[in-house]
Amino acid sequence: MDARALAALAANPGCERRALLDGAGVNKAVLAQALGSSMSYGQSQFAFMRGNAFEARVKSDGGTELLRLLGVEDPAAARTPDVSAAGPEGRTARTALALREATAEKAWTLLDHPMLALEVAGTPAYLEPDAVVVHPDGRWTVVEIKSFPMLDGSADPAKVGAAARQAAVYVLALERVAEQVAGAEVGRSVLLVCPKDFSNLPTGSMVDVRKQRAVTVRQLKRMRGVAELASALPPGTTFDPSCEPSELVAAVEAVGAAYAPECLSACELAFHCRGRARTSGAVEALGRGVRGELGGLTTVSEVLDAAEGRAGDPSDPTVAALRRAAALRAEALRGAGV
Amino acid sequence: MSLIHTLARLEATRSGRAQPLATVRHRHLSERPMVVVPLTTAGEAGAPLGALVGTDRDSPRLLVVPQPRDRDLRFAFLAELAEAVLPYLDSYADDVEPAERNETDPETKKRVKVEVELCRDAPQIVVPSRAGIAYVRLLGRSMRFRRTAEQDPDTPYPAPPHIPLLGRWLTHYGERARVPGASLLLSATDLLARHWATGQSNLEDQHLGALLAWIDPPVGAESGAEAALRAESGRDAAGQLVCPPAGPATDPAFDNALLAPAIDAYDLARQRLAAAEDGETADERFGELTAAERRIRELLAAQMRPTWDAVWQALDVMRKLPEGVRAGERWTRDRWSYTSHRDRVRAGEPPQPRQDSAVGAAQKLASRETEQARLEAQEALDDPLVMATRRLAGEAFVSEVVDVEMAWSEGKRPSPRPLVTVTTDDLPQLGGGEKVHRSVDGKSQSAEFVERVGGGRLVLRVVNGMGRSKEPAPGSVPEVGDRICWTLFEHEPRGGAQLPDPEETPWTHGGPPDAAPDGVLLPERPDPVTPEDLL
Repeated sequence: MDARALAALAANPGCERRALLDGAGVNKAVLAQALGSSMSYGQSQFAFMRGNAFEARVKSDGGTELLRLLGVEDPAAARTPDVSAAGPEGRTARTALALREATAEKAWTLLDHPMLALEVAGTPAYLEPDAVVVHPDGRWTVVEIKSFPMLDGSADPAKVGAAARQAAVYVLALERVAEQVAGAEVGRSVLLVCPKDFSNLPTGSMVDVRKQRAVTVRQLKRMRGVAELASALPPGTTFDPSCEPSELVAAVEAVGAAYAPECLSACELAFHCRGRARTSGAVEALGRGVRGELGGLTTVSEVLDAAEGRAGDPSDPTVAALRRAAALRAEALRGAGV
Repeated sequence: MSLIHTLARLEATRSGRAQPLATVRHRHLSERPMVVVPLTTAGEAGAPLGALVGTDRDSPRLLVVPQPRDRDLRFAFLAELAEAVLPYLDSYADDVEPAERNETDPETKKRVKVEVELCRDAPQIVVPSRAGIAYVRLLGRSMRFRRTAEQDPDTPYPAPPHIPLLGRWLTHYGERARVPGASLLLSATDLLARHWATGQSNLEDQHLGALLAWIDPPVGAESGAEAALRAESGRDAAGQLVCPPAGPATDPAFDNALLAPAIDAYDLARQRLAAAEDGETADERFGELTAAERRIRELLAAQMRPTWDAVWQALDVMRKLPEGVRAGERWTRDRWSYTSHRDRVRAGEPPQPRQDSAVGAAQKLASRETEQARLEAQEALDDPLVMATRRLAGEAFVSEVVDVEMAWSEGKRPSPRPLVTVTTDDLPQLGGGEKVHRSVDGKSQSAEFVERVGGGRLVLRVVNGMGRSKEPAPGSVPEVGDRICWTLFEHEPRGGAQLPDPEETPWTHGGPPDAAPDGVLLPERPDPVTPEDLL
């Protein structure tokens, strides 16, 4: 599971289906395809190439440009230890060692693609930030490189928000390492590097991620352990995509989902869950806010029956409001001859 | 979202067809709008891929950038775009009528009326979606600071003429689109979603194909939900979307499977042409290059054409609704906006700044707030269905007059202040002292809420709109039996106090804008350019 998936998971912590499938490392895209409701979820190769080219440019010359954005006077003197190793565990250990050394050295250090581990719902997730910079005073700063432009000093707020949520997950994982290192402190602001205006020149901005970090901490705590979720499954349940579709549907439906339209941009299974929500007439399929104003009424037919006077207790304020709304709407439509 | 809107969505879910959210059209539509369907390269900030442009639905003009990373090709595209759009924008500039405008006399500081020109109509641009509006702004920003060889002979990468001018116009249109109720630049999805509720969420309504599937489904379609699902995710045997996205972003599957190989073939053909050694080979290879370019044009045209048709279909659907009475008044403001920008361009003023000055930003914000209040009031007055949402919220009530008692104000010249007793089934949020408003012959009349009396009756004191004499003008006082819709909001909200001139910006807001020693404001510098820039 990568940081983007984790950040998305934190956005919908009530979804046990996603927690279980992600925690168990199930490939949801393949699963969705087997269920017959796959979504286009690929990345355009143009975007991919552009992202890689920009990151390579930012990190060229030992990260000179990047370190200059952080205000380093002599970027050429900065240390750039190698953190590659075999396997995620090896790389995580190597990263921790490099961070410890750099903090003891009290010198500017740039770690290119380090690896961090974070326990999510009882299983470790390995995360790979674009870069981490160690300051001489022992502060660690997460660097996030994105290829959307910063136009006249401001970037698309939705994209900055997504980047901040992602970076907050890295900050959280780094804090686990920093706890073991004397004199280390993880910066709660991250450096976001983007192309300036319409050029290829990098520009940076410090983004405060305290809020996103706090949200992620709370959501991760709320997530029930994968083991606990799995123990509630009927014995013999499997998410193997080569199974019969009907068997697979039963397996997926055995775990509760919390579908909301926001899932469409964050989860490969969203089409499947949306289809289910629509079939069962759940009002959440129309948006989270809709659910909020309808009180205890949860299905389309329940709400319409209450509004049209076939069911419901008129003394219930929700039912009373619905009937008033229905009467006003009908009156207006009648008056307009629609 | 109002409960009435939620209810409409639920009804749409049940019936499988979109349900009305409005009984009249709340946006003015031009007789001859220009539709622009832009496409952009994934991952690049300002690298357009192509566009369909035009005012004739049967013959759009196809503009294509065969290699979006090539600055010359992009400039050629923008020059062609300027050629397609600027004559349309200009065609409204000289058909004017005389009008009056209030201005502050610079010497006496008094408000005086000035005779000015107002364009009789204004050009209107329609894009498929909200993302299209953002893209128009982006294009405007990327073009307006470009320098042409004529403006600056030393500029390293001179832009073709007209590009900075088109940039200024697109910036103006993009900026105007942020004013509530303005119609110079419209998106088809926003237009449709304002007038219909579908059985899907707001997020899904951003997909033009899916939205139209609910509102104007193809003949013989099952339910809106199924048609919308097919529009969203239906793919052909080759894995391509049946209904391509409305852009400006393309579908990754299209990029990877079709566009990327075509662009590679084009690059190869260009290299081969450059390497040709004799005339005959060059001719042959030029043929290959033309074929490669034609292939890209066909691919992009096939991606954009369904969206182009969908925008026109959306306009057809919208035209079936009669225009709201007050939408015309808001269009007049759009005409003023167009005319004043025309004047700024003609006066040779510099392009819009990258960042607004403190006074300019405050003015924009204040005017948008006023326009928002005006839009909400006007839509409710034009449309009983919108008024129903205000009645549900307790911000308006329909009442019947049961008693009228004449009374007069105290003072030297008594004016009529009749007390009107009304009954209502609505639940207006009245505590005491609030003003309520009604519309009489298109003018607003106000009354004060006095008290609630037994049996759900309200007593109101009418305070204006009855003429100057002691006896109220005929027809200006409600009569017993009248059904009147009173609103708690003003019908013609007014803006706040005047803001200072830019030269008098207080130091708390950064002081006056930077000026050169001789007092002339410094123009914005063009964007720095480097050889590898994108746009």
